[in-house]
Amino acid sequence: MQKYSIFNLVKNAFSNHENWDLAWKDPTPKEEYDVVIIGGGGHGLATAYYLAKEHNITNVAIIEKGWIGGGNVGRNTTIIRSNYMHDENGLFSEFGMDLWRKMSQDLNYNVMFSPRGIINLAHSDAQMNAYARRGNSMRLNGIDAVLLNREQVKEIIPMADFSENVRFPIFGGLMQPSAGTARHDAVAWGYARQADSMGVDIIQNCEVIGFDVVAGKIKGIRTSRGNIKSKKIGLCVAGSTNILAEKLNMTLPIETHLLQACVSEPVKPVLDNVVTFGAGHFYISQSDKGEMVMGGDLDGYNSYAQRGNLPTLQHVLTEGIAMMPFLSKLKMLRTWGGIMDMSMDGSPIIDKTHIEGLYLNCGWCYGGFKATPASGWTFAHTIAQDRVHELNAGYSLDRFSTGHLIDEKGLGTKTWIS
Amino acid sequence: MLYINCPHCGMRSQNEFSYGGDASVKRPSLNKEVSDQEWDNFVYNRKSLRGKHLELWQHISGCRQWIKVERDTSTHEIFRTFKADEEVAK
Repeated sequence: MQKYSIFNLVKNAFSNHENWDLAWKDPTPKEEYDVVIIGGGGHGLATAYYLAKEHNITNVAIIEKGWIGGGNVGRNTTIIRSNYMHDENGLFSEFGMDLWRKMSQDLNYNVMFSPRGIINLAHSDAQMNAYARRGNSMRLNGIDAVLLNREQVKEIIPMADFSENVRFPIFGGLMQPSAGTARHDAVAWGYARQADSMGVDIIQNCEVIGFDVVAGKIKGIRTSRGNIKSKKIGLCVAGSTNILAEKLNMTLPIETHLLQACVSEPVKPVLDNVVTFGAGHFYISQSDKGEMVMGGDLDGYNSYAQRGNLPTLQHVLTEGIAMMPFLSKLKMLRTWGGIMDMSMDGSPIIDKTHIEGLYLNCGWCYGGFKATPASGWTFAHTIAQDRVHELNAGYSLDRFSTGHLIDEKGLGTKTWIS
Repeated sequence: MLYINCPHCGMRSQNEFSYGGDASVKRPSLNKEVSDQEWDNFVYNRKSLRGKHLELWQHISGCRQWIKVERDTSTHEIFRTFKADEEVAK
């Protein structure tokens, strides 16, 4: 594989950049693979990459209905963090933070990881106490956390509303300085390019129509481009999980919901961090191009539409304007929606299933992007070793029936309950 | 914007409603022993498919009644609405 470097850049400049190798091939599906990953999003591509890199399994296919990186990995708000209270989420995400820090070198692809810090604002004494507790839990798990008072927050984000008579005054906030953002498309492309170079077949425009299951064991899949045999199949399809689960006669603790995001027109640098509103659900950061990148609540009803409705957008942006009044002066550039695999406790599932050789990776709710490397790494381990790693042991499928739910924030499908 | 035809009040905007999820889920009858699997299916497991979906909404800023709505989850088209206790022919 051609290495991306300053020298190659200069060299190719002489031929008007017309002779670069293709970043990945467009292969015809083979008859059989050791592992088939369904879903060519961030998690699927990362899984294939770590299967090849960590477990030396390179006879792998990624089956993607559309094109790689065209789903949620290209639609998210690019936030990367590990500010969780519970061990299952904290240790998993912090493991991912390490992978994020090394990712650009590891993939030889600039993913523009920008550890600019995330601040969760608090708007009451009770919320400050809750954040102090969460911050302490994070630090016990080796994650950086700083509790900020009102004055300290004001120094970092002076453009927020610090006037006296607001409905939700800012009491302070919890900051994770090592959190940040990354370039989402580059993550998908970087993983795809490296996986391809190690022998993984990336098969696009190929829809899975059915599964061959014999005596409780997976034998292969039927696709729009023919049948493919494999004894190990990983499901990595986010919002489409329920559609494939139905073909397997499985009913999962997952609902598919619609989540919107939007960006404003580009403006000069004003916001250095990622900031979340603590009295509702709103988050904001500024992209390298200057756009304010914003998001918040689900639309609230089951949907596969990949496009949102205005009432939710209005609700979310009202929160944004309450937090940072200057936003009301900006014009909206773009809004879009994606379909989320909302699990019932708000935490994901990475596990084996009752069908031998079938592995499940779903339930990412609002936080799929930041989990991309850790999800791929642990899912690859689960598939290669046929057992879960201790990092994803808490993300079991049976935790709902056994009562071992992860009580992080309770942001599952019924967001209004929290 | 969704417009939902409340069987009690008539056509109203979605802003007046809150969502209650899949209406086909039935609480297990308590006259018999209920297995863990049955509770699991009632509390957590959902089909959540693409296409026609029968769901509960509450007209929270109107008559406050729960209603059933038949809606397409990919186009958001609403076909029919029912009172909460109305039987829905498939």
